Amino acid sequence: MALAKRIIPCLDVDAGRVVKGVNFVGIRDAGDPVEVAKRYNEQGADEITFLDITASVDNRGTTVDMVSRIAGEVFIPLTVGGGIRTCEDIRTMLNAGADKVSINTAAVFNPDFVREAAERFGSQCIVVAIDAKRVSQDGETPRWEIFTHGGRKPTGLDAVEWAKKMVELGAGELLLTSMDRDGTKAGFDLGVTRAISDAVSVPVIASGGVGTLDHLVDGVLEGGADAVLAASIFHFAEYTIPQAKAHMAARGIEMRL
Amino acid sequence: MTIAVIDYGMGNLHSVAKALEHVADENVVITSDPRAIRGATRVVLPGQGAIRDCMGELERAELRGLVGELLSNHSKPLLGVCVGQQMLMERSEENGGIDCLAYFKGDVKRFDDQQLDEHGQRLKVPHMGWNHVAHTQGHALWEGIEDNSRFYFVHSFYVSASERSKVYGATRYAGAEAHVAIGEGSLFAVQFHPEKSAAAGLKLLENFVRWQP
Repeated sequence: MALAKRIIPCLDVDAGRVVKGVNFVGIRDAGDPVEVAKRYNEQGADEITFLDITASVDNRGTTVDMVSRIAGEVFIPLTVGGGIRTCEDIRTMLNAGADKVSINTAAVFNPDFVREAAERFGSQCIVVAIDAKRVSQDGETPRWEIFTHGGRKPTGLDAVEWAKKMVELGAGELLLTSMDRDGTKAGFDLGVTRAISDAVSVPVIASGGVGTLDHLVDGVLEGGADAVLAASIFHFAEYTIPQAKAHMAARGIEMRL
Repeated sequence: MTIAVIDYGMGNLHSVAKALEHVADENVVITSDPRAIRGATRVVLPGQGAIRDCMGELERAELRGLVGELLSNHSKPLLGVCVGQQMLMERSEENGGIDCLAYFKGDVKRFDDQQLDEHGQRLKVPHMGWNHVAHTQGHALWEGIEDNSRFYFVHSFYVSASERSKVYGATRYAGAEAHVAIGEGSLFAVQFHPEKSAAAGLKLLENFVRWQP
């Protein structure tokens, strides 16, 4: 009898199709977002995250329409991210049927946006996405920094301090992606996951690098994550969500089976 | 034949409306119009965000009196969700202490964020995700839902009711027993989000739209 750890399949959507890149390049098509979301819902996913990876103004209408169609058929929490820059963007996504929005780059350029958004819509629907990259050398005390633009631009911000600041400003949840690991299938960066999970009171979603079911287990047991997010292992049917849940439950993790 | 989702400016009402539309034959309207709410066959009182804002906005939308009226005359089925449940209590600890609608005896308290789980990890607050709900009593809204089914929660404060006879569901988290379903007469109110709780949640909403208290 306890709160379950969550498995969150992530749909990276580009121009209306689910795609998944290795370190954001080399994109493979994985289908129609609405169909993919329905399939994950039927498999027992605990939530769904929809990331509009192009997030161009031209695509906005398509994205809103897709979010609305998913929300009309899938009755589990739906987080939408990518290009969320103003309270108006948030309202549009919530009205389309999203339950939470994920704020990334806009938080880096204007941290007060997180406060404004949390005050207006409530912390429960504000997820701050943190893209962290390890900047320390081997042998040094580990240190991670925030990067923007798909991991290309350093900001000089310490990832753990940034996480604490985002929570103070009103983030209700953190989506932590390791930019070193994303797309590599080498497993989560457990060091930064643990450091941030221990530093904040709100739930942390671990993301970036899942290649095996043991990686999901490690994210929870070693990284201290409250939820694990993965894309390609589910999209290309290497594993199903029930397999992942059974594997985690067998390792003593509380799951919704 | 309509189901009115009361819109007093707090939170995301589209999810709950979409889920109701999925299970109901009736029209679902999101409205702040007292006539539409009085004329509806069933009413949903949602709520998200801070309790001070929810109580304040309810007042500002001039709907506090109407909600009080619905609560006292039990003329139609009423479902409270999330802060829509918490508002029914006497007082909440949130925002330094806020007086609520005082329909049920008892308070709204904050989860202790210093508790550890069985792996020695800190239990996070908000309580976010899928947790078990124990049926402390039978109810028409539990029909077809297994005892201890999981529902989706996201909240930092929880209802602690004084009258056990009004409690229909309970969930343990962070060392506390949260009264996550309370009811009386034609009123039922839950802390979790049935609109986001997959099959179990849709079943509860379906039970609500068929409920003849």
